[in-house]
Amino acid sequence: MKKVLVILVVLLLSYAAFASNQLEIFSWWTGGGEEEGLLALYDVFHKYYPDVEIINATVAGGAGTNAKAVLKTRMLGGNPPDSFQVHGGMELIDTYVVTGMMEPITGLLEQWGIKDKFPADILRICSYNGEIYSIPVNVHRGNVVFYNKAILEEVGIKELPATWPEFIEALKKIKAAGYVPLALGDKNKWTATHLFEDILLSTLGAYNYNGLWNGRTSFDHQGVKEALEIFKELMNYINENHASLTWQDATLLVFEGKAAFNVMGDWAEGYLKTLGWTPGKEFGWMTVPGTKGSFMVVTDTFGLPKNAPHRENAIKWLKIISSVEGQDTFNPIKGSIPARIDADKSLYDDYLTWSMNDFATNALCPSIIHGSAAPEGFATALNDTINMYITTKDVKKALREITYAAEDYLE
Amino acid sequence: MIQIKGSTRRRLLGFFILLPTLISLGIFVYGFIGWTVRVSFSNWNSFSKLMKGEYIFVGLRNYFRLFEDPRFQTDLWNTLFFTLFFILGCLSLGILLAVLLDKGLKGSRIFQNLFLFPMAISFVVTGTVWSWIFAPGILPKFPQGMNLLYKLLGLESLQWSWYTSTVSIFHFNLALIPVIIAAIWQLSGYTMAMYLAGLRGIDQALIEAAKVDGATSRQIFWRIKFPILRPITLSAMIILGHISLKIFDLVYSMTGSGPNNVTDVPAIYMFETTFRANKYATGSAIAIVMLVMVAVVIVPYLVSSMKREVSK
Repeated sequence: MKKVLVILVVLLLSYAAFASNQLEIFSWWTGGGEEEGLLALYDVFHKYYPDVEIINATVAGGAGTNAKAVLKTRMLGGNPPDSFQVHGGMELIDTYVVTGMMEPITGLLEQWGIKDKFPADILRICSYNGEIYSIPVNVHRGNVVFYNKAILEEVGIKELPATWPEFIEALKKIKAAGYVPLALGDKNKWTATHLFEDILLSTLGAYNYNGLWNGRTSFDHQGVKEALEIFKELMNYINENHASLTWQDATLLVFEGKAAFNVMGDWAEGYLKTLGWTPGKEFGWMTVPGTKGSFMVVTDTFGLPKNAPHRENAIKWLKIISSVEGQDTFNPIKGSIPARIDADKSLYDDYLTWSMNDFATNALCPSIIHGSAAPEGFATALNDTINMYITTKDVKKALREITYAAEDYLE
Repeated sequence: MIQIKGSTRRRLLGFFILLPTLISLGIFVYGFIGWTVRVSFSNWNSFSKLMKGEYIFVGLRNYFRLFEDPRFQTDLWNTLFFTLFFILGCLSLGILLAVLLDKGLKGSRIFQNLFLFPMAISFVVTGTVWSWIFAPGILPKFPQGMNLLYKLLGLESLQWSWYTSTVSIFHFNLALIPVIIAAIWQLSGYTMAMYLAGLRGIDQALIEAAKVDGATSRQIFWRIKFPILRPITLSAMIILGHISLKIFDLVYSMTGSGPNNVTDVPAIYMFETTFRANKYATGSAIAIVMLVMVAVVIVPYLVSSMKREVSK
């Protein structure tokens, strides 16, 4: 008996000694290219730090809904992972930075000499009171329209619509030809809000849109109402069964030749590629009308929680994911673009190269529904408002609800 | 030394064996209900307020705001109609199937199992499958599921938007109909089994006596069998009632909240409020409202069955 106990104790101790060289990474990257990308990133890490054991703590679930709940519980209980995936912006700032649970990492970026390798705008999204709190690994673009080239050709739309009146003209033509003009799949609600925030960006412009989140622009601005009006107009051109479809189903309508346009983040590009299409050949893309020169940012970032059990290793991890090698390993697999502007463009397809060029030069705008611009409470309230608005089409009521939500959740 | 009598000793032993269960029930069920009530009276409606841990009592404010909320009002109506039609459907279909099976026709064994099988499936699977069956597709060119079936049968006039419909008749959202059908499909086998057991438990001498007295089979059913089955109906109503008041997984996987919340239920709203919007206080308030609704259904039943046990 005693012997067994001794052996057990020795085993436990040796495990603890071994465990001290671990690194726990928390994310919701469990599916498709995301998981492969993450594992490739681990390989890069092991190339430089072979003796660190990585604990891959993932919680499955679209857009991280479940993962976020688990993470909150762990952070509340004082048991943080060494580093965790979080959408850059308010999802990080409002939840974890304001509450004093994160360490600023501005010093690290300066020490590694890479602070100027990221666009200043994206670092500002990840900052609070002048300190940077997380490192963006990848960037998706929110304000993109994907279209079926064959349908546009058949209907005779030669020039891509750049403004809303032109876009609606095109939608009319497509509807007359018997196709669904604009594919929408809002069973999970956020896709409709995604469309709305893109319209909001177009009616306000990047400067005023970004101003909504720091109090420079008021929600009484004419652009908010205009956005609701345009949204209402667009609802005449969507597929009637939108409430039974997910975003994939909606993108699939474009692929199947049933619908012409689909406003979606550029993960839809990855999906169309998985289905077998080549960017530029069967499908084309453009910025959402009226948003040329603006880039709606959806970004995943990693930060440094206070009291991380393996702080040294967490810093090594941040160094790897902020390096060109790390970013160029992860992003081509995931189908997103690197947040660094000095990445190797030859690794990316036509669409992603286009997006990279815009990312380096455009005004960057944080997305609401993907967690960057506003606290999660505001995004959820906006989701509810838009979901009801599609049916009621009551501009006044929607406007009032948005204003109330802004008063409740934004400072 | 004091002699402990055998019966007292047994009682003590029983108490100590039950103690761990009692303690954990006390903490994990009743303690947490109490905690949820406490949170529902607080201002913890964002993560940072929760983190600060400073308890500010706001009284019933969360409840007042909740009942003013159009989405929550829709939820309550949806719950009412869902519960009503779901229970009615399960009970009537259940008793019908049970009576048919009780006749002991050939192959009734097989059907008995067939009707019971849906119960073995999780609500998430049922929801996903029925969401495909009732997905309307793009009408008129690309119908799907039922609408496609109607097209093949030449019954195009019956095609409609199913659970994406936003039509509402006196607060009853028609989009709930497909969800109710799916729920009935899943649980009517269960009521059938309960009724079947009840029917088989009826003393044949009673039936024989009635027959001798010249009662028709209809009279036998309504005057003899049905009254005997009443306690079963009550138990089934309680069980189905608490399922439908708390329903989440079936609706969440089948339709979600639906356009304009036509298929939204309090449980979905609670989940989104708490874990998406970080409004812990409001989420707790929804949870307590749901608890009260279930209590209203179950407590009278528990009280009456406890009385019966005491009188025995």
